[in-house]
Amino acid sequence: MVPTRERRQTRFRFRRPSAIPGFPLAFGYTLTYLGLIVLIPLATLVMRASTLGFSGLWNVVTDERVLSALRISFGLSFGAAFLNAFFGLVVAWVLVRYDFPGRKLLHAAVDLPFALPTAVAGIALAALYAPNGWLGEPLSHLGIKVAYTPLGIFIALVFVGLPFAVRTVEPLIAEIDREIEEASATLGATRSQTLWRVVLPPLAPAILTGFALAFARAVGEYGSVIFIAGNIPYISEIAPILIVIRLEEFNYAGATGIAVVMLAISFATLLVINLIQTWSRRRFGDA
Amino acid sequence: MRNPPHRPTTESPGVRIAATLVCFLFLGVFLVLPLVAVFVEAFGKGVSAYFASFQDPDALAAIRLTLTIAIIAVPLNLVFGIAASWAIAKFEFKGKSLLITLIDLPFSVSPVVAGLVFVLLFGAQGLLGPWLIAHRIEVIFALPGIVLATIFVTFPFVARELIPLMQDQGTSDEEAALTLGASGFMAFWTVTLPNVRWALLYGVLLCNARAMGEFGAVAVVSGHIRGETNTMPLHVEILYNEYNFVAAFAVASLLALLALLTLAAKSFLEWRYGDAIAGRAAH
Repeated sequence: MVPTRERRQTRFRFRRPSAIPGFPLAFGYTLTYLGLIVLIPLATLVMRASTLGFSGLWNVVTDERVLSALRISFGLSFGAAFLNAFFGLVVAWVLVRYDFPGRKLLHAAVDLPFALPTAVAGIALAALYAPNGWLGEPLSHLGIKVAYTPLGIFIALVFVGLPFAVRTVEPLIAEIDREIEEASATLGATRSQTLWRVVLPPLAPAILTGFALAFARAVGEYGSVIFIAGNIPYISEIAPILIVIRLEEFNYAGATGIAVVMLAISFATLLVINLIQTWSRRRFGDA
Repeated sequence: MRNPPHRPTTESPGVRIAATLVCFLFLGVFLVLPLVAVFVEAFGKGVSAYFASFQDPDALAAIRLTLTIAIIAVPLNLVFGIAASWAIAKFEFKGKSLLITLIDLPFSVSPVVAGLVFVLLFGAQGLLGPWLIAHRIEVIFALPGIVLATIFVTFPFVARELIPLMQDQGTSDEEAALTLGASGFMAFWTVTLPNVRWALLYGVLLCNARAMGEFGAVAVVSGHIRGETNTMPLHVEILYNEYNFVAAFAVASLLALLALLTLAAKSFLEWRYGDAIAGRAAH
């Protein structure tokens, strides 16, 4: 498509000329590998969903059990991302601004959910919050049940989303120009006014991006959730495990329908992240 | 001075202490405690019970399979990462930002959906299923499917570490090498590669950790055949569901150890070679 256009109109160039060799090979390999591993498989999913037709897809998605699983997944992911956005900001602020023993260790620990396999996190959380677990037992005396309830799913989703919320705001806090805070203080603002009116607004896009990334990760999360969730239909059954259940029943249409809805919402989240970043670049300069 | 006024550009001591405590408590409960739990549960019945868990041939097969997958998947994504970053960082072309978005795509797809797409493509009822069955090629519930799913979920790791760094570094070093008579490959091998080696290692570390630890995508395509298509994370799941907690946490502790080593190496690289891997986008 592109080369023919290139030949027809001489002023349009697909690629700017360069002295560096290797573009056809590197670009060709990139596209081929991307196509084989990512694009063709994802296209298969969309194709498969389109054979269901709109009414077929509608029937899959409006099934009571599917709806409740989607509600649980998206609702709890939203809540977990919200909690992460708040605590992530506090953690990032403390790690950048304050000096205390163990700061470097905590800083490294934030990435643990990236590195720890989800199944390991899953069974560890399930053991911790089980009715006889370290945290589950004291909580049960307070009348709070965590394991095999939506609260358990929520905790697992906070775990997986945490690093996204911290790591997106951290570099911005490190880059804040202290002189602005000094100016604000000189002009008579109290510290909380400075934080609220001067420091926080430029951080807002990063906080939102961290929120969106944590949300996107939480919606698709499987391994760390299934052990603590108990997977009781209509109560603690998330959308990804319903896909697995449908597959085990050889109900490919059902699995595909749920997957396409989740995929559409992930793409929408990705789009929102891009919009936030474009907006913030325009509003605050380079973000 | 008994009560020095605090600087106007920082919070009052009370707020600082409270915020630091919140930080410790939040990270302690959500990160440190689960990690500690893995090792405590693994050694719960003593050291000999812990090591007995690795006598099980199925556990050994799972460890072997996980290593095999990483050995195949990580180099493939490494080569891709180098090719993609070369094309994207050293050249200007139309549609570049779309290409970068597409490379990041696997990060925003649920692991379960990643597994599902390969079942829809290669499974018995899949698009290529009948052809594969006719030619007796096993993909789903076999090694190729597990490797494909792993490559999918670890796809962007190396590329996304290299692209921003190589974009920052520009093309002048390579152009100088070419002017001095180096071939394209020599310029890449002796100029570009040394410039990005720490970022490359950083990406490979993260890619490897995810490849060895992937659960959701692999669970969908593996079929859970003990001793054959069970990776370490899947073996952990099976043992846990059989209430064999010591063995489950023993295998899990190996994966946790891998995670800790990855974090340590990552922190070391950031501390020692921070500038050489900078330009890195946030995860």
